[in-house]
Amino acid sequence: MGILLRTEMRLLARRGAELFNPLGFFVLVCALFPLAVSPEAERLGGLAPGVIWVAAVLAVLLSLDSLFRHDFVSGALEQLLFSRHSLARLLALRVFGYWVLTGLPLALLAPVLGGMLHLPVAAWPVLVQSLLLGTPTLVLLGAAAAALTLPLGRANLLLALLVLPLFMPVLIFGSSAVAAASAGGSAAGQLAFLGALLIGVAAVAPHAIAAAVRIAVHLD
Amino acid sequence: MKSRWNWLHQWASPRWFYRRSGACIPWCAVAAAGLLAVALVWGLAFAPPDYQQGDSFRIFYIHLPAAVLAQSVFAGMAVAALVVLVWRVKLADLFIRAAAPFGASMTALALGTGAIWGKPAWGTWWEWDARLTATLVQFFLYLGVIGMHGAFGSTRTGGRAAALVCVLGALNLPIIKFSVNWWHTLHQPATFTLTAPPAMPAEMWLPALVAVLGFYALFAAVVLFQMQSEILYRERHTDWVRRLVDGAA
Repeated sequence: MGILLRTEMRLLARRGAELFNPLGFFVLVCALFPLAVSPEAERLGGLAPGVIWVAAVLAVLLSLDSLFRHDFVSGALEQLLFSRHSLARLLALRVFGYWVLTGLPLALLAPVLGGMLHLPVAAWPVLVQSLLLGTPTLVLLGAAAAALTLPLGRANLLLALLVLPLFMPVLIFGSSAVAAASAGGSAAGQLAFLGALLIGVAAVAPHAIAAAVRIAVHLD
Repeated sequence: MKSRWNWLHQWASPRWFYRRSGACIPWCAVAAAGLLAVALVWGLAFAPPDYQQGDSFRIFYIHLPAAVLAQSVFAGMAVAALVVLVWRVKLADLFIRAAAPFGASMTALALGTGAIWGKPAWGTWWEWDARLTATLVQFFLYLGVIGMHGAFGSTRTGGRAAALVCVLGALNLPIIKFSVNWWHTLHQPATFTLTAPPAMPAEMWLPALVAVLGFYALFAAVVLFQMQSEILYRERHTDWVRRLVDGAA
């Protein structure tokens, strides 16, 4: 399993541009807000939790299609079905590897954006924590929808329509955690909810992803 | 025991279902027309006006049944989706396919009548109230299911994919409702509740109850009819459909 994870991540790491694009998108979206709304520190600071979180959600959404696309086209995804290991576990590993290379950099990059948007420094740790707890949930939920829309080809809006309603709870708790922290309060409650969502989704989503992959490759 | 299983299995046969549902549709349609006529005339003309809102509350007789249907149709779709995924019954897929557009239009109707009612009652078309937001999200979930069917066409893959979306949506709906509630309490909006006054006199809520039953009958008629058309389309290469069409022509 460890070897598998390492191979997956090495394969993903070789597709540098695809991993970098969501990050660039994340930064750019955040850079648009001061231009459109106002560069004043006070107003931006108030908007920052929501803006950063919405940008993170959109960046995850944007990158989802590349999660299974290559393997679906090359047939490697079908090979996974014939492995003697459980499909759900294999896919969970792959999603985890994918998160390490996309979600983790996103969370680590977030304080830079917090600084750009005048988010109080005291809220930066909570921002990173909320993204660390929230983005795996997003990737897990999104992976199921991404697998379902594989046969439909690239760039379909259906993926966004399917996934965004499911992202809402994470968005609510994530941004309200950061907002609470930047107002000087405690964000423990929201972070606990994010953790609970992650645990619940991590238990169910691998099976949903496996079912979706089976449907997508017409073996079910 | 065996005969009971046979009875149950008949329902999975499209041909048998086509015959049986054909017999039900006129009854459902007549019931829908009758109940809705009674409810609307009673509710819109004879029920006493609300002591605060006057006549503007009468949109309630459309708003309430639409909202009830919006929720229960999704629940029904989720059950059917489980049947599709576990037992692979074709008819359950047909049900989801037919029910999703009806549920989506009921959700849209509930949101629309709610907005029209909200203007005189609260002074605003839209408020980011917890229940309103959750209903809006539900509308998007419906659109996702419909979009799934539309994208795949009338295929088995599309049916199973849409069923999985239904189940995921149904699992998420309580979480979404809960989180929206939490978010709502955090934001402290203008204080009003959507809950109807519980001490409503019987002549006010009875027409609403009749309207709900009428909407259910309409749902049954529309869904059965659409399922019939889909059965004919899917089984168009079979003998019994050819014979049926030739006989009718």
